[in-house]
This record gives sequence, structure tokens and C-alpha cells, in this order.
Amino acid sequence: MKLRANILCFAAAFLLATGVPLSANEKSAGGAAIDPAAPVILIRNATILTVSHGTIDKGDILIKDGKIAAVGGTLKAQADAVVIDATGQFVTPGIIDCHSHIAVDGSVNEGSVSVSSMVNIADVLNSDDISIFRDLAGGVTTANILHGSANTIGGQTIVIKLRWGQPAARLPFEGALPGIKFALGENPKRSNIRLSGVPERYPATRMGVEETIRSAFTEARDYKKSWDDYNKRVAAGEKNALPPRRNLKLDPLVEVLEGKRYVHAHCYREDEILMLLRVAKEFGFHVQTFQHVLEGYKVADEIAAAGSGASTFSDWWAYKAEAYEAIPYNAALMTRRGVLVSINSDDAAEATHLNQEAAKSLRYGGLTRDEALKLVTLNPAIQLGIDKRVGSIDVGKDADLAIYNHDPLSAYAVVQKTLIDGRVYFDREKEQAGRPALEKEKKDLLEKAKKKQEEEKKAGDKKSEEKKSQGQKPEEKKSEEKKPEEKKPDDKPKPPQDLAEQGGAQ
Amino acid sequence: MLLLFGARPGNAQTSTAADIAITHAKIFTLAGPPIEDGTVVIHEGKIAAVGAGVVIPPGAQVIDAKGLQVYPGLFDPVTQMGLSEIGAVNATVDTTETGSFNPDVTAATAILPSSAHIPVTRASGITEVLAAPASGGFDSRNATNLIGGQASAIHLAGWTAEEMLINKRAAMVVDWPHIETRSFDFSTFSIKEKPFADVKKEYDKQVNELADYIEQARHYAQALQNPAGAGLQRDVKLEAMAPVIRGEMPLLVFADKARQIRDAVEFCDKQKLKIILAGGTEAWKEKDLLRSKSVPVILRPTLGEPAEEDDPYDRLLTQPEELRAAGVKLAFGSFDNSFARRLGQNVANAVAHGLPYEEGLKAVTLYPAQMFGLDSQLGTLETGKTANLIVTSGDPLDVTTDVRYLFIKGQLTSTDNKQKALYEKYLNRPKAAH
Repeated sequence: MKLRANILCFAAAFLLATGVPLSANEKSAGGAAIDPAAPVILIRNATILTVSHGTIDKGDILIKDGKIAAVGGTLKAQADAVVIDATGQFVTPGIIDCHSHIAVDGSVNEGSVSVSSMVNIADVLNSDDISIFRDLAGGVTTANILHGSANTIGGQTIVIKLRWGQPAARLPFEGALPGIKFALGENPKRSNIRLSGVPERYPATRMGVEETIRSAFTEARDYKKSWDDYNKRVAAGEKNALPPRRNLKLDPLVEVLEGKRYVHAHCYREDEILMLLRVAKEFGFHVQTFQHVLEGYKVADEIAAAGSGASTFSDWWAYKAEAYEAIPYNAALMTRRGVLVSINSDDAAEATHLNQEAAKSLRYGGLTRDEALKLVTLNPAIQLGIDKRVGSIDVGKDADLAIYNHDPLSAYAVVQKTLIDGRVYFDREKEQAGRPALEKEKKDLLEKAKKKQEEEKKAGDKKSEEKKSQGQKPEEKKSEEKKPEEKKPDDKPKPPQDLAEQGGAQ
Repeated sequence: MLLLFGARPGNAQTSTAADIAITHAKIFTLAGPPIEDGTVVIHEGKIAAVGAGVVIPPGAQVIDAKGLQVYPGLFDPVTQMGLSEIGAVNATVDTTETGSFNPDVTAATAILPSSAHIPVTRASGITEVLAAPASGGFDSRNATNLIGGQASAIHLAGWTAEEMLINKRAAMVVDWPHIETRSFDFSTFSIKEKPFADVKKEYDKQVNELADYIEQARHYAQALQNPAGAGLQRDVKLEAMAPVIRGEMPLLVFADKARQIRDAVEFCDKQKLKIILAGGTEAWKEKDLLRSKSVPVILRPTLGEPAEEDDPYDRLLTQPEELRAAGVKLAFGSFDNSFARRLGQNVANAVAHGLPYEEGLKAVTLYPAQMFGLDSQLGTLETGKTANLIVTSGDPLDVTTDVRYLFIKGQLTSTDNKQKALYEKYLNRPKAAH
């Protein structure tokens, strides 16, 4: 796991360092090639919601080499700068989704064992997932891609930027600390699912969930000690010291103990939140974020005291027993008690309107506009340790921005453009203009396939006719009608990703 | 504040013999232009007067709504309200019976009047809903009913289901057969793929079963009318179909794919049955057919995923205007209970993508009332109609709007609910010791 991650990081660093241009074949969903990274972009005359230092009513943003070079006022740019006229429009930092399962090939769960820390979601990143584009169209620029909640200790996780059109190797957010997913409550203990032919798996109760974590970290602690001892002896000059056996399952847990890997813990009930805080304290590790944490409002002080973040839903509730006491005031109440809170999607469709979900906290709990905007920008950036790079519109940060045609804290706002690293990855106008060409291409392909099918049928008929006349039985013809367009496995209504995670549904 | 209304703790509604007058509000009657500074008078549960120069009856209790707005309460025409409490806990779920044909089962029988969903939902301005059996839901089991039962229209207030009833037998739910070559099999955790020919065969078989059942129901309805039917063996299920056969009760047909929609509309046309389409994910592909056959459509939430991977990302958002412009009558439904409060938000998103605002508002007030034959009572603020109305801080479709006062059947109804109570409780938790 470590070696592969290292190769990925190396590759990413290499590409960045040498400034390898994107191939001319890299296309946006609109069918046209992405504009090669314009060195200078000037966004003109917008209402700028910086999130970090207030709202600028009519101002410019200057972007140079993928970074924000200047914010506010009337700015001057060189003659060949790309100018985006944002008169009447609103610019926010790109949205950061702290709980996402997009861009994953296949199942998000290695659901066979209760401790699956050796697996890594980074190994199965899928850059072709249309959800990347759809979330981009909803203003999302960065997402925390998580293993599912099937296991008490799940797999390793990764933060990506939604660089649609680029290969998977270019998606990871450079320098972001890796994470690991924990899950507490109904999902890892399989309250709501019965698998035929599969024996019941430990843990089946919340008691067992705690012991599973305790047991794993006891092992990890001992494993770490054996390696620390070995390293000490080698450093002291010992020649024939035998290294301990490598354990790929425990390596990530040691990283957790050493503060090198973030713990993102799916949880619901107040008691399990406190349980994990206690266990973490006992073993000396930190819970970076509690995810979902729908009863977080009941134990907000405890979460705040531990310095853990909380990443929750706007108003989901009642789909499971542990979600029955969820309230839409959760984000506001926890914020007021000193917790760093973000609002997330856990669902590709929900991620297309996180600005609207953040806005609900104006009504449910009376957060201010900036506090609400922070729920989907600066706060998740801090939670993921990437706030030096993203999360607000400040000079020096990455030019990851979303441009709306209306106040984004409203259901009427529609994303017009989304930028990542100072490059326009989503342009609503261009995307719409590109549709006729795509429709024609689809039509032509269907015609071609239909024609081919008819020809094959004719050839097959002819062949069987000949065989008949020669006294042979005609071969069984496969009556294949043109299959309807492939549909995703999840039929409507779509279960919440949270519940579906357990079933390994995508 | 409203203590003068004598609200007792725990009583959701405050009944008062006195008239109520809501004054100085901006009133959106949906039966004409908005009234800038108007008054609504409620008398015995109905709207007695609404307008600019309305006289306040003596003895009326007055609510000064200066700076606020008044709208008809929203109508959510597809929900499982009261039929499901916690989706994953089967014991609390009564949405879908077993077996293919259940025309006799009726939603009102199983509605839990004290469901936590009801006060939560009405706090967002929804005053009446259709509770539909076998209509899916955020966490439902796969519905296998062809005929799922009778949907009931209810007010979102009342001590018993009887008190909540608007129309016990508002529509007959039909879950149109599905064609899916791909399905996710939970028991093996894998995607199963079946050949189209097999799936099509199964589909045709189910459609024929439905046709046969309608035929049986038709014969039975005729036999019922025959006074000399001494030998008739009573069948409660077929009996329940009689109003459908007579054209008195519409079929509420759930269909999303173009083929399903087309087949369902043509089926009902041939069978001479009234149809309301629910779902309509690919309705845009059959908009001409829907218009020509005057089939009203209740759309699923616009904030869902498009049907196909290569559908435009905003397909569901632009579809409402595309249908409206093509002459199709529209409403929006939540198709759920725990997400019912997002009804307005889903409409606002459609408005943001081209649907005229007033059409959007009517699609969750007047139009669903019309679809279910309830527009003499509900859907607009007009004299004589039931006083289901909301007094808000602003646009009832946007996510930041607060419902300040809520009236159902002319009674002031509390916006308190389980979630507000938990909020207040933990707002007041003393700071924890460390």
C-alpha cells in the first residue's frame, strides 16, 4: 500500500514539476477540448464571497498560474488575459465535499472483514465516473473520497480534485494527508441487512464495535513498539537485529497513532461518539472528523473539547433507527458550541446542490451567511488539512472557484462556471452549446450499431437457409434486440449512500 | 404571543369559536395578482373573505402579519406520510402489501396520526398530502404490487386519521411493470444482468395480467349493477376496483422510463380509465403523447439523478419547463415522507431552470388539487375554500424561508415538532464539565 501510494505521489509531483501539458485529446464533457491552462484569467465585476474576509460587492479576481493573484477592486490584467465578465454574478470558493464516494471503480466496501485497513480507495479511482462532471456542475472542486461504512475499521481514503477529463493519476489532491474510514453503529454491525449464505459477522453489537477498535489498536500499538525497538537497536549500531514482520493491515493504524493519517469516523448516536472519543484518548490518537454524526448536537461540547471536526447532513433523518433523532439544526447547534462543522453529501446527486444545503442553516439555527458558506468551503478545507491551499478566496490560494448567477445561499442559484487550479473545468454555456454535436454522435452510433445488427441477422438467416437446403438444422438464432441504455445498478428511489454503502452498492 | 388563542401545551391545533383575521400581509391567492396589503378572514374553518379592503368581523382574533406573506398551504401529492416511520425498521413500515393485486387496501387505514413526520413536514408549509401505498420512498423495499391500493388525501393535522381525512379513496395506485436488464442483487452483492428478451417477456406477461385483472373487475362491476345478482360471490378486491372501472377514481400510475410511460398511457386510453402519471423521469420523451391524451404528470424530485449516464446533467431540472411549454399539466411530489419538506426546494430548482415561478407554485398547490378533484376545497385562497394556508417570512419555495403561522382547516396549527423540541433541549444543555 505504502509503495503504491508513494509511486502515485511521485508521479503527481513529477508531472507538476515538469509542467507536462495536457494532451490535445483531453476533452470536457461538452466534447470540446479544455482550454489549455490560461496563464492569466481576470474575473470581472462580481460579488465576491471570500468566506475568510467578508463579501466584496463588485470586484475583480486575478488568477495567475493557477493561483489567486489578487482579490477585489478594479484590477488590471495583461492584454492576452482571458476575461470572464461576471457582472451580476457571485463567486465563491469551490465547494469541498467532505464525504463522497464518486470516482470509485466498483464497490466502495471491502465488506468481507471487520478490519480492512489494508485496502485503499486510491487504488480504484475511476476518472470516467460521470458523477465527477455532475458534481463539478454543482460547484464542487474537491472531494474526500471514502471507503464505505460496512466495516468498523474500513479502508484508506484520499482527497481528490474534480479534474474532469484528466486521468486518475492526476486526481489526487497533492500533499493532502491520507485518511482512513471508521464506521460505528448499525452499518458495521449489520442491523439492517441479511446476507443469504453468509454467516453472521463479528461485531453484531455496539459493544463489539468498541472491542474491534480496541483490539486492532492494541495490536497496532504493540506492532509499532516492536518496530520502534528494532529501529532503536539498528540506530545504536546493532548488526544482526531481525526486523519484525511487516503487517499491511497495521501499518495504517500506526500512521493514525503517529498523527500521519486522518481518522474519518462514520457515526450517528451520542453514545458511540463518546465511545470513540474515549478509546481514541486511551490509545493516544485523534479523531479528525466524525462523519454523519447526526446526534452530534447532543454531545457537541465533548466533540469540541477533543478538537474533532464534524461533517454532517443538512436535513436527512428517519431512514434508520440511529437517524431518528437527527435534526436540521445539527450543524448550527454544533457550530455554536465550538465544533468545526461541515455539511457533506455522501451522494453524487446531493453533491450537486451543497450550497443550498448550507443555506438551510440560516433558517435552522440562525447561522450567519459567512458561517453557512464556510460549512461547504473553509471548514471542510480545515478538516482535511488543505486550508492553506483552498477553502476561501485569498491571495496565494489555488484558484478553485464557483461562479453562480444568483446568491448561492438560495435554491435559485445555478452554477455558471467552475474553476480548478485556475482553469475552467465546467462552463455551462459551452456545455449547452456542445450538446447538439453529442446528440448527433449518439444518433450516428446507434444507427451504425443497428445497421450492423441487421446485416448480421441477414447473414445469419442466409446461412440457416443454406443449411436447411442441405438438410441441416438451422442454428439457434440469438434474438437480441437493441439493449436499452445501460442503467446504473441503483434504481429509484435511491437508498442513501450511507445505507447502500453496507451493501456495496455504488 | 399567541397565548390569547389559549393553546394548551401538547395541543397541536388551537380551536377557537372566534373568527381569525390575518392582516397587513402580502397575499398570494393564486387566483389573481398578489394583494400588497391585505386581510384574510377565517370563519368556521373556511376562508370567509380575502382582499385589500376586507372588514375585520367584530370579535375576531387578529394576527398582524405586517412584513409577512400569505400563501395557500402546499400540497404534496405523492408521499408515504404516516405509513412509514423509520425506513430500515420493517415493523414501522406499512407502505406495501404482499401480492400483486391489492386494490382494496387503503392508506388511511394505516396512517399513524402521531407520526413524527407529520409535524416536521407541516412546519415547512405543507398542509395536505396524498398518502400513497406502494409508492416507493427513500428506504422502501422493492414494491412488487401491480395494483398497490388506494391513496388517501389527508390534512396534516388531526387527533385521528378520521379527523385528517380529505378523501379516503382518492386514487388507485398502479406500479407499472418495469423493464430492467440490470438489477442489483442484495443477496449476492452483485449486479445481475438478464437478456432483454427475457425481461421483455416478463414485462409483457405482467401487463397482460394487469389487463386480465381489469377485465375481471369490469365484469364484476357489471354484475354488481345487476339487481338479480343473487349468485354473485362477493370479492372485496374486485369490488374495490368498481369506482375505477366507472371512471370515478383515477389510476395513479407510477412509471418512469419512456416505454413504461407510453405503454401505460396507451393502456389506460384503450381501457377507458382515468390516469394520473407519477414519476415521469423520462416524461420529456413522451410529452406529445401526454399532452394529446391530457395526462397530468406528478414529477419526482428535480434534485435526483438523471435516468441515463449520458443524459444532460440538468435533465431533471429542465424537464418541468419543457413539459409545461409542451402543454402538459404538472405537479411535483416528494415521493417520500422524511424528505417531503424539500418539496418547495425541488420546485425552486425547476424555476431556476426556466419554469415560470407562478407555474411552479401552482404545481404544488392548485394543480395537484385539480388533479385529485379537490380544487373546490383547496389550492387557492378564495372565499369558501378550506382555510389551509401559511404565513411566511418570504418565498415558500426557497430554503431560507420560515413558516411563521400555519393554518389547517382554519385552525392555528403549531409548527413545533420532534426536531424543534430536541433542538431546544440541547440548546439548553449546560456546558459539559471536562
